[in-house]
Amino acid sequence: MRRLSGFFGLAAVLAALPFLFPDNYYVTVVGTTAMIHVILAVALNLFMGYAGQISLGHAAFFGIGAYASAVLTTRYGLNPWLALGAGLVATYLVSLAISRPILRLKGHYLAMATLGFGIIVHIFLVQADTVTGGPDGLSGIPPMSLGPVVLDTDMEWYWTMGGLMLATILFSLNLSVSRMGRALFAIHGSEVAAQTMGIDTPKVKSQVFIISALITSLTGSLFAHQQSFVSPDSFGFFFSVELVTMVVLGGMGSTFGAVVGAVLLSFLPEFLTVFEDYEVMIYGAILMSIMIFLPSGLFVAVAGFASRRLAAGRERRRC
Amino acid sequence: MDLLLQFLLTGLTTGSIYALVGLGFAIIYNASDVVNFAQGEFLMIGAMSAIFLHRLGLPLPLAIAAAVAISIAVGLLLEKLAIEPARNASVVSLIIITIGASIFFRGVALLIWGKEIYGLPHFSGEEPIRLLGATVLPQSIWVMAGTVVLVGAVKYFFDHTLAGKAMRACSHNKRAAALLGIDVKKIMLLSYGLSAGLGGLAGVLVAPITYMTYDAGVMLGLKGFCAAILGGMGSSMGAVAGGLVLGVIEALGTGFISSGYKDAISFFIILLILFFRPSGLFGKSGGERV
Repeated sequence: MRRLSGFFGLAAVLAALPFLFPDNYYVTVVGTTAMIHVILAVALNLFMGYAGQISLGHAAFFGIGAYASAVLTTRYGLNPWLALGAGLVATYLVSLAISRPILRLKGHYLAMATLGFGIIVHIFLVQADTVTGGPDGLSGIPPMSLGPVVLDTDMEWYWTMGGLMLATILFSLNLSVSRMGRALFAIHGSEVAAQTMGIDTPKVKSQVFIISALITSLTGSLFAHQQSFVSPDSFGFFFSVELVTMVVLGGMGSTFGAVVGAVLLSFLPEFLTVFEDYEVMIYGAILMSIMIFLPSGLFVAVAGFASRRLAAGRERRRC
Repeated sequence: MDLLLQFLLTGLTTGSIYALVGLGFAIIYNASDVVNFAQGEFLMIGAMSAIFLHRLGLPLPLAIAAAVAISIAVGLLLEKLAIEPARNASVVSLIIITIGASIFFRGVALLIWGKEIYGLPHFSGEEPIRLLGATVLPQSIWVMAGTVVLVGAVKYFFDHTLAGKAMRACSHNKRAAALLGIDVKKIMLLSYGLSAGLGGLAGVLVAPITYMTYDAGVMLGLKGFCAAILGGMGSSMGAVAGGLVLGVIEALGTGFISSGYKDAISFFIILLILFFRPSGLFGKSGGERV
């Protein structure tokens, strides 16, 4: 139970917020966006933090999911859930096809390959305008229904995304104590050593890549319905970078690190709008300073400090 | 045939710029193992500074010299204030730092120059020169010739000067270099200055052809990264060759396939090369050290 205490704490906060601050813009609107980011960051952390890889193209999977839903529901009138399924199948096929060749690469080469993949998908979304609507995007995406409930208010989306977020976090926490999780940590430590221990490293790496891509695509589909509008801007190189930043900002390898990073980066622009013209500059400066002064990540550094203090306190009491 | 020559000339012009960005990438990567995602911003800073100093009434050569000095200063500051304090950080953290730096530079540029598109006057007229049935802008010749001179100068610097040799020593093994009395910190600083200066000059050379905005550095930087990877990360001359190849591929893709997909084509080629020859066209494929 202790292992999951953070999870239950988060669930409690999530459930309490709408009652503590009813109809609050920062809870319902920014909060839902933050939860979307949390799901994406936790999913990316499986690949980056657990397995020690890097992806600068995860926005592509988010885009594939979102556009599958957008195109299939608006142009072909497909049921949103079927469209979501189609997005997952497409993502599965794409990630399966690229996973083996891409994951043979390491470090900067892997960064370049995933970056290239992301840019190709983005260019396709912009250029294939007969299907995707081009740079203007697609609007009028019908709302989605969850059983008898039609999801079309901010609060309904808050609960939906909250549920998916908790499920993703739980999955991530459980994965870390499973056989696969241990295999991933071993690969993170040393791929060669992992191989000599009998881990089929190409297989495990491509599995975690595909899992991460599927979660990202699923979130993309929901995002399309939540916004009822998609445009290529949301799925470009910068969004990939933002996702990586969320993971690294909180602290790589830690699920709650990804949560903290994602929440922070979702609220930061809201607060920076008061600086108007200085917004971009300050955003860059904050990014740099956190990484310079806390290279292991904000959450990991703070949690490490707190647990050291606690341990020291316990030590003193014992004496 | 004329068409092919035309595409080749266009490709070599853009390729020269990619080559210079790639070379800048390689210099910093060799000296400090950092992939500098702010490399494209050096071009933007150089070009924008030159444009504005020229507008303020400075003669073009003076404006260019001052602009290059500004980008060098920015490069030195980047190393001193952001890279050096974080030298023990992981590769990914360093990538985020340089991405943060590039966002910061764009933010500053946005603040100073706004979102408008600016151009620099062509160095020597805009009358196209006919060449074997193709036409070429005088500025393209400036770009290509400038690249040849700069690459030659960098090569000379690495092969024949003490500082250049020290920089190469650092790229092989920093500790050994330090033991031989090389001031590694100074060499790092020098590599950022050199790389930023090259970037600034490249920006000035290309500004009359492509125009500049505060965010023009992003794609240029990514293409330079492509060039460096294509040539084999860590090989300076490989990066130059990679840039030229990339420029030509892109021009042919634009001409014969589609201009909308030109960036997609170059990244697709990069992916293919990474899949089949992960060490790049000219890089040495070595075993992994455990």
